[in-house]
Amino acid sequence: MIKTLTTDLELDLEADVLVIGGGPSGTWAAWSAASSGSRVILVDKGYCGTTGCAAASGNGVWYVPPDPEARETAKASRESLGGFLADRNWMDRVLNQTYVSVNQLAEWGYPFPTDDEGKPYRRSLQGPEYMRLMRRQIQRAGVKILDNSPALELLVDDDGAVAGATGVNRQTGEKWIVRSPATIIATGGCAFLSKALGCNVLTGDGYLMAAEAGAEMSGMEFSNAYGISPAFSSVTKTLFYNWATFTYEDGTVIPGASSHRRSVIAETLLQQPVYAIIDKAAESMRPSMRLAQPNFFLPFDRAGIDPFTQRFPVTLRLEGTVRGTGGIRIVDESCASSVRGLYAAGDAATRELICGGFTGGGSHNAAWAISSGYWSGKSAAEYTHSLGEHKTQRQVKRVGEVVLHSGSDRTLATDEIIQAVQAEVFPYEKNYFRTEQGLTESLGRLNHLWQELRSSQVTSEKELPRAREAAAMLATARWMYSSAIERKETRGMHKHLDYPEQDANQQHYLISGGLDQVWVKSQPLHGTEKSQSKIGAAV
Amino acid sequence: MIELVSESRCIECNICVNICPTNVFDRVPDAPPTIARQSDCQTCYMCELYCPVDALYVAPESDMKTSVNEAELIQIGLLGSYRENVGWGHKRTSTAKADETFQILKQMK
Repeated sequence: MIKTLTTDLELDLEADVLVIGGGPSGTWAAWSAASSGSRVILVDKGYCGTTGCAAASGNGVWYVPPDPEARETAKASRESLGGFLADRNWMDRVLNQTYVSVNQLAEWGYPFPTDDEGKPYRRSLQGPEYMRLMRRQIQRAGVKILDNSPALELLVDDDGAVAGATGVNRQTGEKWIVRSPATIIATGGCAFLSKALGCNVLTGDGYLMAAEAGAEMSGMEFSNAYGISPAFSSVTKTLFYNWATFTYEDGTVIPGASSHRRSVIAETLLQQPVYAIIDKAAESMRPSMRLAQPNFFLPFDRAGIDPFTQRFPVTLRLEGTVRGTGGIRIVDESCASSVRGLYAAGDAATRELICGGFTGGGSHNAAWAISSGYWSGKSAAEYTHSLGEHKTQRQVKRVGEVVLHSGSDRTLATDEIIQAVQAEVFPYEKNYFRTEQGLTESLGRLNHLWQELRSSQVTSEKELPRAREAAAMLATARWMYSSAIERKETRGMHKHLDYPEQDANQQHYLISGGLDQVWVKSQPLHGTEKSQSKIGAAV
Repeated sequence: MIELVSESRCIECNICVNICPTNVFDRVPDAPPTIARQSDCQTCYMCELYCPVDALYVAPESDMKTSVNEAELIQIGLLGSYRENVGWGHKRTSTAKADETFQILKQMK
């Protein structure tokens, strides 16, 4: 199926480092690679500055000053929630790097507030402001940005090392190729087009491309994060639901329902609507809430609802691996994948290393995006440099397969495939509350869909980006449920009704991969190596 | 979802076409952009922030189309309200500086 590269490409570029994805991790990666003198190209499916889940939202950041006690508390606080799969060495590295890099943001001019003691407060970032600043910084560092330019497949050289990517400009139809000895996947996670805030650009594209080049996933069973939003709205910002009362339609309080016990909300939603009201927030707190998260209030203001005094219907929207923890497996401290020349950063990479089986909120993911972005950019640049003259003499070929070449004239029903995948991953009774039988049946249907997808093709090239998204979502769902079947226990966010307890014998990672044949295997903790090149926390 | 490109306000800069993360708009020669793929709108409101003349309106309903009336939106102050609230745009100061998350987190302890 591997086709040798033809030369029908309108835009043919070379770089030392290619970054795919323009959210927080992609921009940090591009910045750190470019500031070490590399020629960097960043491509984004959308627009670098507005793409990704961080841009549209407000983000907490796991920013903890280097005070031993505060750091210890920060590390300990999530260990149990994450099912004891996190690695303290990685937590230390991320806490160190995030502290340095967030301070760098302040130097670049991010308008951090000061707290009531007059000290700078750096644990929260307003998405639009943050990402506009990141775009400006990488442009200043000399990064070339291709917006509206989804990558469709990776390139590899004769030795199987990743050597760039090809894609298309979704507005002009112009095809592009970037040849580069090192490539960073920073495409975010997969939320299956659920319309959770800012998440529809996140369709698992990077996982699919990486898997076609032979990379592995880790932690894909931790992929069932659901965010609370008003039923009519996209705004899945859950912090303020800490002060909510959840009720049935008649106004009676739902016993046990809270933002921390979303399973009660999910169970109720299976039977009847759920309402919320943010009535536990004191009058004095309400103005601070508006200043902290202006866009939490946006849908309410527009719908004419006062969420402090009026009840409104809520729902749970799937955030999948975006606020789950699964992603491309990281093999060492450089954020390398298991394939040479390919690195992963941000939500596209596993976050098990710092939060085990549960992230839930943005703060760990934001910190991970910053630090894994920084490290992957720096390591990718060093890797290219180490190749010397050899790097430009290689032959490359494309490794994308799925929906790109099928040899069949059956038309791919892209929208139907997307809906069929959503029907397996959205429902709470399938994905939130997992059972052996449910997972097996879902996986059967997903595998059948995969065969259908593999034996069809698109009728025009214009449909390719969406068809590849459909393929990526389907592949992601299969790694998710194949891993979930293997984890016969309840740990982190993985709730298995047949095995409701955490099992000490399963305190390991689950690695998965494969396209036509999906596989899953367990791997002991502390499975990553120290990097060959020493990469410390520095800017 | 995005419901309005105001004919009277739009200056045909096509910034929205360029910055929409899900490619909802199409540019049109000598005319305001069209909402070409409305169902792809993820209701993230980014287009409103980037529109320099407050010509766009994103309705809060993310899964269904609604009808909006431009004159009414202007009258109740909703056209451009998000941009104003977060201090985004020429000669405005970002409200990021006024972020009071620290007050909220204190209440959580």
